[in-house]
Amino acid sequence: MNTSLIMIIVGSALISNVVLNQFLGICSFLGVSKQMKASASLGCAVIFVITIASAVASLLYDLVLKPLGMDFMKTIVFILVIAALVQIVEMFLKKNSPAVYQALGIYLPLITTNCAVLGVALNNVEDGYNFIQSVASGFGTAVGYTIAIILLAGIRSRINEKDLPKPLRGAPIVMIAAALMSIAFMGFGGLK
Amino acid sequence: MKKYLERLWNGLVKENPVLVLMLGMCPALAVSTEAMNGIGMGLSTLAVLVFSNLIISLLRKAIPDQVRLPAYIVIVASLVTVTELLIKAYAPGVSESLGVYIPLIVVNCIILGRAEAYANKHTPGLAVMDGIGMGLGFTIALTLAASIRELLGAGTIFGLRILPESWSIAIFGKAPGAFLVFALIIAVMNAIGIKTRQRQLVESGCDGNCALCATACENRTEEQQTEKPAEKAAAPEKGGEAK
Repeated sequence: MNTSLIMIIVGSALISNVVLNQFLGICSFLGVSKQMKASASLGCAVIFVITIASAVASLLYDLVLKPLGMDFMKTIVFILVIAALVQIVEMFLKKNSPAVYQALGIYLPLITTNCAVLGVALNNVEDGYNFIQSVASGFGTAVGYTIAIILLAGIRSRINEKDLPKPLRGAPIVMIAAALMSIAFMGFGGLK
Repeated sequence: MKKYLERLWNGLVKENPVLVLMLGMCPALAVSTEAMNGIGMGLSTLAVLVFSNLIISLLRKAIPDQVRLPAYIVIVASLVTVTELLIKAYAPGVSESLGVYIPLIVVNCIILGRAEAYANKHTPGLAVMDGIGMGLGFTIALTLAASIRELLGAGTIFGLRILPESWSIAIFGKAPGAFLVFALIIAVMNAIGIKTRQRQLVESGCDGNCALCATACENRTEEQQTEKPAEKAAAPEKGGEAK
């Protein structure tokens, strides 16, 4: 595990992009990408939540679950911690920085059980990352998510103006666009 | 008896979770690389779904309404952990190839969605049948997509060679192929006039949350169903007669 932090961030953001390569958080990726502004806000909220969640999950795993030999409890513990964490972050922001809350507020509860958050936490444990590496990987993953959803939102604003064959309208064309993006992102595999 | 069979039919065809309701897209896209993975993932989800529906249905009067979602999440997470350990012990190959997607069954929309939309309102028997129907529907949809991908990507189905190796298009076995195959399946369904919920998913976004999207959408469909049930019930009957 000598991978440098930058390599972890680049790797999780671009090479194995969370949406286009690992298929986590597809619901919000297909759903919210209709509007550019909403996508950008959701992206910020995701960066915020995933970074904090992977930090907390990593600490919990290293300090509590592992010493107690309760490795198998990680799924239950992580999902509850993430759900509680989002609630706490939401309350904290509401009280202490209303401006940020205004911008991200409505997206926070939506992320609670977004599979990307749990997926990152579990992947970090699987890869044996330490605390700092976990935070970096969480941050990178979330940045990758944001890049993907903003790109897709841009593509979709163009698609909407086009006259498409009827069966392709709606989900199919969005998924075809995602497929092309995914092919493009495969090119980052060369960065390794 | 008819009620029970109706549940099976509902899950398999009428409200197929992946193809019609568009739930559980994350695992469906991710593990549909080989037909065998599709079956493995489908059956694991089926097991969790049947037991979570059963337990939630049995406890439906005991769980207070305000804390029902956290309670469901705990129940589902425990079942998933049990399933994960069983798979690791008895089918290490499956566990290896499905990896992180097994624990991620916790946040599979289908499970919380069925708990919220069906199991907490019906008797245990019906809830179990609903779980079996939905689980089989998920398994079949997943295996179908995975077979297409395996056939195009490697020229095999369940490891049996069908097309010569030189015909395979590697991209279908990789990430972009998942998006393409599902896009085409949905496009074909659109073309032959099967109504899916994809418009709802793509237009209104289901609030962008994997697990809770199910419940949000179910609530929305229920609101709409007050206008639609007659139309919905009539459609499949007509199809049956025509055949």
